[in-house]
Amino acid sequence: MDLGSINPVLLLASLMVAATPILIAALGELVVERAGVLNLGVEGMMITGAICGFAAAVGTGSPVLGFIAAAAGGAGLSLLFAFLTQFALANQVASGLALTLFGLGMSALLGQGYQGIKPPPTDKLDIPLLADIPALGPILFNHDIMVYFGLALCAAVWAMLKYSRAGLILRAVGENHDAAHALGYKVVRVRVLAIMFGGACAGLGGAYISLIRVPQWTEGMTAGAGWIALALVVFASWKAGRVLLGAWLFGGVTVLQLNLQAAGSALPVEYLSMSPYLITILVLVIMSADKSRAPASLGRIFRASQ
Amino acid sequence: MLKLEKRPQPSRLWTWAAPLLAVVLTMLLGGAMFAALGKDPIEAIATIFWQPLFGEHAFYYRPQLLVKGAPLVLIATGLALGFRAGIWNIGAEGQYIIGALTGAAVGLAFYPLEAWYVFPLMIIAGALGGWLWAMIPALLRVQFGTNEILVSLMLVYVAEQLLAAMALGPMKNPDGYGFPGSRNFQEYPAAHNAEIFAGTGMHWGVVAAIIAVIFAYILLGRHILGYQIRLTGQAPRAARFAGVSPARLVLVCLGTSGALAGLAGMFEVSGPSGQVSIDFNVGYGFTAIIVAFLGRLHPVGIALAGLLMALTYIGGEIAQSSLGLPAAAIQMFQGMLLFVLLAVDLLTNYRIRFKSAEVA
Repeated sequence: MDLGSINPVLLLASLMVAATPILIAALGELVVERAGVLNLGVEGMMITGAICGFAAAVGTGSPVLGFIAAAAGGAGLSLLFAFLTQFALANQVASGLALTLFGLGMSALLGQGYQGIKPPPTDKLDIPLLADIPALGPILFNHDIMVYFGLALCAAVWAMLKYSRAGLILRAVGENHDAAHALGYKVVRVRVLAIMFGGACAGLGGAYISLIRVPQWTEGMTAGAGWIALALVVFASWKAGRVLLGAWLFGGVTVLQLNLQAAGSALPVEYLSMSPYLITILVLVIMSADKSRAPASLGRIFRASQ
Repeated sequence: MLKLEKRPQPSRLWTWAAPLLAVVLTMLLGGAMFAALGKDPIEAIATIFWQPLFGEHAFYYRPQLLVKGAPLVLIATGLALGFRAGIWNIGAEGQYIIGALTGAAVGLAFYPLEAWYVFPLMIIAGALGGWLWAMIPALLRVQFGTNEILVSLMLVYVAEQLLAAMALGPMKNPDGYGFPGSRNFQEYPAAHNAEIFAGTGMHWGVVAAIIAVIFAYILLGRHILGYQIRLTGQAPRAARFAGVSPARLVLVCLGTSGALAGLAGMFEVSGPSGQVSIDFNVGYGFTAIIVAFLGRLHPVGIALAGLLMALTYIGGEIAQSSLGLPAAAIQMFQGMLLFVLLAVDLLTNYRIRFKSAEVA
């Protein structure tokens, strides 16, 4: 194995790229869970976003329209989950699984005929001067716009939850839906909006994989990224800032094992490919001891008392 | 205005009627989807649900019903035990793969010995493999409170990679001219999960599925453990006061479902599939989740739901070849079924009343 062939600058730069899809999806799920809803359908919404975005980008030739379509697709699919859990009062775990199974099937169906096609390329945003700084430039300032969008979204979600009135209502709904209802907040409306936001984010994350990270369409290409995003929320103790740290950690593991593969590691490729999932389990174990930070109403069905 | 009124008890009528209504509604929605794909919806639905049972070549397809249904019923029966108690094993697909690998490993180790004990040992190894794989999320949950949904799911992806590594590496057929995949058990009589009665599709996996259903039925209806499972699902706090050990339930439920999924994988690899190959797993572990819910988490219901789901697989294959219906359409159809079922389930727990809007 030739470890010298791994360039640390490129490694860190690709870490940012690898972290972006799970970062965006996890931020969406964070908002959903802070509103007291556990949506296990992230994987299904991501793969739906991946194909919606891919199809729209190929159809129109514009990656931007692709990302918009992906967000719309993810949000649209999440409405099914919202209907099941908020109006039909179905079990959230079962509904989330249904969403994933349905999304995987639907994306496979929609994706027929898109295999082997290249999507229109997304330009890198070279920030003048900053991008020319040695080492730091390529790591931080030479990326596509979605990387910066992910970072901005992280800051926005953090600020929204911490400082805004909307964030306060959202957290109240998540901590104690009965009290929030008694105060006159529309619990179901808040939750439906949160679920749609989560769906849109998952869709964007999925489209990032199919349009930029890979870039092509293959069935089941999210390969568990949605579940890793769910694990990230637990890892982050439901805090936006720590979602970013977690995403970098997983992005780092992913990129490192890919680099080791390329460097010709003695370990067969399959064992290296396991590592992101194994690290996820390990991190879950470490972080699970303290569940006190989870929103108190998480996963509970709300039904307005008369 | 529509108003929901909680029933004091789940409606017995709707408990059984809801899955039937869900199937009918899914047929309508599925028909609409087939129409959108440019196929005649009535012909498509008829092909999927009628041809395998009563069509011209039904004699060929009917045995397939047992072949496809057995793994689904085996896995779903185990999953249902946990689901009832609020223990979510979502990683049956991984346990299925590991069971196939451990079962196959034992079979391959004995090759080419022809002895009566090879196949029974493979069965034990398959069950043990699935059980061990399920013990990982179980022990982590008991010991550290780790979410078993996420851990069991992550392990599916690990198992898939392990499967690929085995098919390309240690388990590769030395006489296979370099192609990935193990020796074929269909050509190794002592390890082959053959049909018990030729032409019926009845192999040992079907026998195991029937036994599992009977055992689960007795367990849930007659045994103290079954009572504890049901109590934990309905009222976790009450169960704890009644002396139910949650840790023990987690270990038992995840272990049982893992062992059954492992068995399913072992019977599949030594029978219908025949070899360890990269694309050996076909998603039975995930489809079994739908089967479990469609069967109301009840062993008898699961047996029926498993057969129905097997029918969609077989009918789907027929529709694929005769109507050119894409394979993914069937996958979506199955996902749709779970969706509709969860929505229709509202009627089981709630009464819908029509009421004029009141001034608040």
